[in-house]
Amino acid sequence: MDKLVYLAEALTPLNLLLAFVGVLAGIVIGALPGLSATMAVAVLVPFTFTMEPASGLIVLGAIYTGAIYGGSYSAILVNTPGTPSAIATTFDGFPMAKRGDGALAVSLSTLASVFGGLVGALMLMFLAPPLARVALAFGPPEYFWLAVFGLTLISALSVGNLMKGLIGACFGLLLSMVGVAVIGADVRFTFGSHMLLGGIDIVAGLIGLYCIPVLIDLVATRDPHLKVEGAQTGFRLGEALSISWREKFNLLRSSIIGTLVGILPGAGGSVASLVSYSEARRASRHPERYGTGEPGGIIATESANNATVGGGFIPTLVLGIPGTPPDAVILGALLVQGIKIGPALFSAQSPIVYTFIFGLIIGTLIMLPVGLLVGRYAYKSIIAIPKAALVPTIAFMTVIGSFAIHNNLSDSAVMLGLGAIGWVLNRAGFAPSPIVLGLVLGQIAEQGYVQSYLIGNAQHNVLGMFFGRPISLVIVAFALLTLFYPYIAKAIGAARARRSRTDIVVESRNGTPS
Amino acid sequence: MKLMAILAGAVFALGTVSAAQAQDYPSKPVNYIIPFNAGGESDIAARLQQPVFEKLTGQPMVVQYMAGAGGAQAWSQMNGMEADGYTIMGTNLPHIILQPMAQDVGYKTDDIANVYFFQYTPDAIIVPKDSQFKTLKDLIDYAKQNPGLVTFSGSGTNSANDVAKARFDKLAEVTTTYIPFSGTSPATAAVLGSQVLAGFSYTTAAINQGDQLRVLAVAADERVPSFPDVPTFKELGYDMVGGAYRGIAVPKATPDDVKKKLSDVLDKINHDPDFIKKMEDGGFVLINVPFDQVPDFMAKREKEYEEAAKVMGIAKK
Repeated sequence: MDKLVYLAEALTPLNLLLAFVGVLAGIVIGALPGLSATMAVAVLVPFTFTMEPASGLIVLGAIYTGAIYGGSYSAILVNTPGTPSAIATTFDGFPMAKRGDGALAVSLSTLASVFGGLVGALMLMFLAPPLARVALAFGPPEYFWLAVFGLTLISALSVGNLMKGLIGACFGLLLSMVGVAVIGADVRFTFGSHMLLGGIDIVAGLIGLYCIPVLIDLVATRDPHLKVEGAQTGFRLGEALSISWREKFNLLRSSIIGTLVGILPGAGGSVASLVSYSEARRASRHPERYGTGEPGGIIATESANNATVGGGFIPTLVLGIPGTPPDAVILGALLVQGIKIGPALFSAQSPIVYTFIFGLIIGTLIMLPVGLLVGRYAYKSIIAIPKAALVPTIAFMTVIGSFAIHNNLSDSAVMLGLGAIGWVLNRAGFAPSPIVLGLVLGQIAEQGYVQSYLIGNAQHNVLGMFFGRPISLVIVAFALLTLFYPYIAKAIGAARARRSRTDIVVESRNGTPS
Repeated sequence: MKLMAILAGAVFALGTVSAAQAQDYPSKPVNYIIPFNAGGESDIAARLQQPVFEKLTGQPMVVQYMAGAGGAQAWSQMNGMEADGYTIMGTNLPHIILQPMAQDVGYKTDDIANVYFFQYTPDAIIVPKDSQFKTLKDLIDYAKQNPGLVTFSGSGTNSANDVAKARFDKLAEVTTTYIPFSGTSPATAAVLGSQVLAGFSYTTAAINQGDQLRVLAVAADERVPSFPDVPTFKELGYDMVGGAYRGIAVPKATPDDVKKKLSDVLDKINHDPDFIKKMEDGGFVLINVPFDQVPDFMAKREKEYEEAAKVMGIAKK
């Protein structure tokens, strides 16, 4: 427990204050769609240069954690993920808020985020070097299959209307191909426009597909934004705690999935939360409730995406390879501070590393009171604001937010265009989630596929690349399980019913129970 | 916060509509646009320039990001920005030469008014530490016996890594396979995890992995300070010097005396001892190409890349 020395170092009043301010700023930035965790960290990097390295790292870590958590507010309250990590939070968060359980949803998201964040940070502290090797075992075929696994969630999300779900996903995959291809540099689906050369930004797509249809419907109908009568605005902490306790396996599983996916450079919080959502749904006794406001869904996604924070730092600090985009910025900040990163960091610079990890844990814990208070305030004000003021405010934020992604108006135009398309598709019965899944996972799947093919072709072993690697096969098995689980469950149930009948027959024939 | 910076920039821009005064340049904050995401080599170098710029001029340098289409998004919009010297943008070679060559990306190489080239990150061949290739010769011998079997990871297509691989194939008379990744980090991870046999990368990336990687050769004129034991390609008999060059450009209509002034400031930054040390520790190689030498420098590079482009089969339009 020699590491506890560093806890004392992290616990100085200044560091605590920095962690508090960082978390608060992160929550606000994360809650605004378009302002991402990466941006929050990048803007603050210059301010940390005047600080001690450890303090600077603590404030950056706190902002990052806060931003990933803050993304859930807008997901729950206005059906727009504040960051891509919160995509799956909209599935159940917004339905909950709609029926008046917004306060409960925010409390659940807070508890799950804190728990997930702690699991990720503890795994970073105790298991970083061995886990970093996991990241390296993931090659292009594994990324390809991981993305395919994520795509199988579409079958779960479009129960009763698989065809429309698949069409939506294909549309999303097409959207993911727009622009200059990473591999091959071909220009695709730009229709001669320079605006689309950079492709369709995922965040712009998220804002457009999720938020704009909601806004149009709000204007077009007389219904209030969220149900107000009977809505409880308290913390509902007790209720949230008992639900979390009931979902403890879900919480733990999702946190571990989040950490593991966070380790993989190039996967990130969105994939982590989608995979754990899919697993939570499969393991649940009531999978049909997922997507209609099931608390387990929020717990799964929010614990997973905050666990990616700690997980992402594992390759960043052990290998010098950033696990997530904000990690890349933090890595740059370390270099500018004159800290040598790479495998030697953990041994040579252990005071800074461990002070930072404790800082991350402190920041995560501070998130609990800060998050509950801010969340309650946010929920109350969203309910209190009249629709006539809410809609223009959010509409303004969507334009600003999509502009802020790259300081580029073409992203705002793409956002609005996709919003209009999304609204029309919504009316025709196409949900936005399969489209977004296609958009997010399409690039990962495509790059993984082409890279695997190129490597396999060079080694004259294309099939072996895709089907001959143990980790790949495990992911394929999980994907198949998720895809066919409804049938398997039915078959098992039927078999069990049959067996219990034959058991009775056998028993009665022998006369003695075995 | 980002928005605040943008709004502040807009207010500043509105407040000083008057023509730029070269003699007191810079007299207000300078917006430095990086056409890539935060955290990359361009960003790190800019972050190192930032404090020195502020020390020398007393004016803040605000680093912003405008990523998209491998930088083309920002470069195609540059000439529409305010041409008063208070908007400057990072430029990268071979990007601004190869992108317009391969397809219509909304700008031409000549549209970009480069003011100063200040550093480059030399190409380097990296292999995992337990690789069968101990020297560059091992790798070349293996590649000669097994055409196409050696896989190189690298960042992107038509990128510096892609060019380096094409030039290497031609010089060493081998056939290898290039596997593009979406950035330097995933490409390096693929090498560390032995997903590919070797990688084309930069000294800056190799330095972060310490003894987990072996660098076989570096494409610099002389050995780089951060890798004193690694031979250059030249020493090994292959005339290969290059990498990703980084400079700073301004909108074309910026007055020449402002460009000159900016070039002078950047030159001073490049001679700051603390800056030099941090850049070299990071694996960057500093070059000083001031405003009046830029045309020569660009002409030389263009010729080099045109040759490589022919090998790579990039259609000249």
